Amino acid sequence: MLDILIVEDEPIILETLSFLLSHEGWTVDSVGHGDEVMGAIRRKRPGVVLLDVMLPGRSGFDVLRALRADPDHADTPVLILTARGQNHDRQLAQDLKADAFITKPFANDALVAGVRQLMTLRAGRARQG
Amino acid sequence: MLSPDFVILTAVAYVGLLFLLAYLSDGLDRRGRGGFLRSPLVYTLSISVYCTSWTFYGAVGTAALSGLEYLAIYMGPTLVFAGWWFLLRKLLRIGHSQRITSIADLLSSRFGKSSGLAVLVTLMAVFAITPYIALQLKAITGSIQAVSTARGSGGPPAGLDETSLALAVAAGMALFTILFGTRNVDAREQHLGVVAAIAFEAVVKLLALVAVGLFVTFGLGGGPVEIHARAIQAAVDVHEGAGFGSRWVTVLLLSAIAIICLPRQFQITVVENADEDHLRTASWAFPAYLILLSLFIGPIALYGLATMPAGSNPDMFVLTLPMAAGQDGLALFAFIGGFSSATSMIIIASIALSIMVSNHIVLPLALRMSDDLPGRDSRGIARLMLYSRRLSIAAILLLGFLYFQMTGDSGALAPIGLISFAGVAQFMPALLAALYWRRATVRGAVWGMALGFAVWAWTLFLPSFASGSADIARLVAHGPWGIALLRPEALFGMVGHDPLVHATFWSLSLNTAVLIVVSLATRQSGLEQVQARVFVDVFATDPTGADPAPRRSASAEDLFFLAERVLGHPRARDLFRASGIPRGPEARQRMVPAEFIHRLERQLASAIGAASAHILLSKVVGGDALSLEEVVRIADETRQVISHSNELERKSHELRLTALKLREANAKLQALHRQKDDFLSHVSHEVRTPMTSIRSISEILMKEPGLDAGQRQRFVSLIHRESARLTRLLDEILDLSALEHGERNWTNAPVEAEAVLLRAFDVCEAWARQHSIRLVRRSEAPEAMILGDPDRLCQVFINIIANAIAHNRNPDPQVLVWSGLRDGPDGGPDGGPDGREYVVEVSDNGEGIAPEYRSAIFDKFMRVGGPQTAVAGGAPGLGLGLNISHTIVGKLGGRIALVDGPLPGATFRISLPLLAEGDQMRDQPRASEVSS
Repeated sequence: MLDILIVEDEPIILETLSFLLSHEGWTVDSVGHGDEVMGAIRRKRPGVVLLDVMLPGRSGFDVLRALRADPDHADTPVLILTARGQNHDRQLAQDLKADAFITKPFANDALVAGVRQLMTLRAGRARQG
Repeated sequence: MLSPDFVILTAVAYVGLLFLLAYLSDGLDRRGRGGFLRSPLVYTLSISVYCTSWTFYGAVGTAALSGLEYLAIYMGPTLVFAGWWFLLRKLLRIGHSQRITSIADLLSSRFGKSSGLAVLVTLMAVFAITPYIALQLKAITGSIQAVSTARGSGGPPAGLDETSLALAVAAGMALFTILFGTRNVDAREQHLGVVAAIAFEAVVKLLALVAVGLFVTFGLGGGPVEIHARAIQAAVDVHEGAGFGSRWVTVLLLSAIAIICLPRQFQITVVENADEDHLRTASWAFPAYLILLSLFIGPIALYGLATMPAGSNPDMFVLTLPMAAGQDGLALFAFIGGFSSATSMIIIASIALSIMVSNHIVLPLALRMSDDLPGRDSRGIARLMLYSRRLSIAAILLLGFLYFQMTGDSGALAPIGLISFAGVAQFMPALLAALYWRRATVRGAVWGMALGFAVWAWTLFLPSFASGSADIARLVAHGPWGIALLRPEALFGMVGHDPLVHATFWSLSLNTAVLIVVSLATRQSGLEQVQARVFVDVFATDPTGADPAPRRSASAEDLFFLAERVLGHPRARDLFRASGIPRGPEARQRMVPAEFIHRLERQLASAIGAASAHILLSKVVGGDALSLEEVVRIADETRQVISHSNELERKSHELRLTALKLREANAKLQALHRQKDDFLSHVSHEVRTPMTSIRSISEILMKEPGLDAGQRQRFVSLIHRESARLTRLLDEILDLSALEHGERNWTNAPVEAEAVLLRAFDVCEAWARQHSIRLVRRSEAPEAMILGDPDRLCQVFINIIANAIAHNRNPDPQVLVWSGLRDGPDGGPDGGPDGREYVVEVSDNGEGIAPEYRSAIFDKFMRVGGPQTAVAGGAPGLGLGLNISHTIVGKLGGRIALVDGPLPGATFRISLPLLAEGDQMRDQPRASEVSS
């Protein structure tokens, strides 16, 4: 089972994130287009989704909305990772039940800690479910 | 027996006394000690100018001939003063507030300041008063004869026939009045000295008559009862049964009217009045004076009838009775009393008439005939007024003498006076209408008075000549051309009435009827309406007479020039000073307020009458038509209201427009604000993205010392590349900002575009080779001169070609650059002068641009979807490149567009207007325009 699905259209950031998270021991896969995200989630059932907002195709928020509306995958923990850190973006993420919100540029430790927390959350949800 | 010389000498001496009195009074007044001259007592006594030699001598005659009829002459004025004081008060108020100078002035002022009306009233007054003057001449002549001839015989004295005596009296009176009434160089409205003399004369005539009455009643007759008994005994007709018939009522009515309408009464009661409150005193004192004066008329008449020989003139009983008793001294005193009453009447009447003639006839004529009369010489107007008044006085007395001559030595005194009463009574309907009927119009007044006066002249004035002319006697007897209906004393078949009753009935009723009918049928002018309001509502309006001032203006200097000439320098100076109006050359341009002009007009009116003052002022006060001014004023106000409302409407429209513009500007600002926010948000995103990589990778490098060398090298090169990306981003932002704010050193010059394209192509060829992309150039334009900046143009070409290279992910990538010339789309402003364009098309065989992005492709930060291919050393668009290119091409007057091209991918077409052959020089200025 896939640990982390990275949704990111910037190749260099994607490369960096992939290196960072796989270096922590997680399995990582990626998607670069908003329209491809839901399909990838359904196929690969990732433990955590790292979601960029500014994407070609559907925006990250649209993807999140669709995800929360999908009964099979609604409880997938999502970490919003965006360059848009304004309050209303943060608020929107909260409203759409994102589990974490980290702005770019980020500290690697903070990102890894956030992902780890979501992994724990995922495990807890799995027990309840 | 008194010698005629002595009598005449006494009369002249008496006149000298009067003159001295007037002179002293004027002197006292000038020294500020003439207060008593303006007292109610003097006022009341001066009103008794009503009692002329007619009442002095004639009343006794009337009493002797017709019994109590004489009382009516006294009762009319008594009724007016005691009962109609409200009418007199209104007259006084108007007289003061409007500075009325005569009854003609009053009527003309009320009826729209009509000069025609003033002329009519003046002429009527002159004709109506002529018999009255004649009466005085007759009385004086008769009295001189009476006292200087043998007791009761009545024959003319030796060497003094009646005609030459009368002429001498008239000439003497004229001279006296001229000296008296027109002494002042200034033509002023009030004659204090004259009034003082008149008051003195009133005392003299009262004392004389009372003295004679006392002497006759108690000295000779032994008391009234005794006299009555003796008269009955002597079979004298005491007219006990006669009296209160239609004639009596007519005389009562006429005398009541006369006390108001007689020019001399108007002069004394209204014009010379100093204080409205004096009317209170006069309302009881004047009737009391009349009663005292009439007290002994009856006894004298009865005693005279009973004792004097048959055929003696009862008019002269006042003189002949004392003489018969040997009391020459008393007779002389009585003569002086009679002389007093005659002279006072002549003086005041001729002054009043001369003022009317000079103000309403001479001056308007002079003003109409001469345009520069006010400016001719410094005292022009005042002198003209003075001479015309003197001449008028002489003419009026001459007329009186002529009337006296022509009517012969027929009737008694009283009937002659009644002719005059009936004549001036024609003013009454118009006067009442002036005071109480707002709708009365000038035409109604003119036609009414003219008709009434004509009827009077036909039925009363003309027949009075019957005794002196056989033709007129025949006319009176048979009517003109034998038409009985038009017989003067039996008009329209009204036979069997007393001529006075007949004439009064016809003249007054026709006068009134025409006044009413014509007034109802005609409309008032604007000025008339205003004046009607001022007159009828005099108590309702401001007592200073501040009726709505017409909007007029004139320079202070012009007005002073005029005022000085009419009022005299001291008075004009005082008036201007009191009103705070500056004078002198510096005031030439200074416009004075309309209120002052109005005030000045009233001051001038007090000297020369309302109509003349109006005409005179209108010569100085610019562009002000006589009867149109009020219309203009009303129109002015209406226009102001309209323009005010237009102004408001315009302002509200402006406000609406401004609000709309503000809303638009606000919307634009908000849009700009949003654009700025979007831009900042985009920039921030664009900056954060490379920063994210740089930071993250740096942290990895710092914390993972055990990275293999290849991986480390990879990360370092990524950091380098992202740093370069940041730099490029900043460059592009600055570039765009410079373009948008109009770069300073932007020079448009004729450029060979094909060479510029070649330069850009060479730069891009190196990148293309690096990316193994086939870059092909096909040129169909040997040479293309355009207007532009070569570096900027090169930037655009490189930008578009580099984009095509960077985004091409075809396995066999190729980019085709085509250039050529073709006709512009419409030959319009976008095309060159001949409508030809230079066109460059850059096509690639990549994925192309998805339709949803096409419309926004040239917007800022627009990036076409799909993961970007990292191109080492390339120039991947950061979203600003196309926007910058678009802006530059727009500045060059060209277009950039996404079109369908020869290759399956995207094709950008750049079109630039060509410079025509030999056009380069001509277009040079345009180039500099663009650069500014």
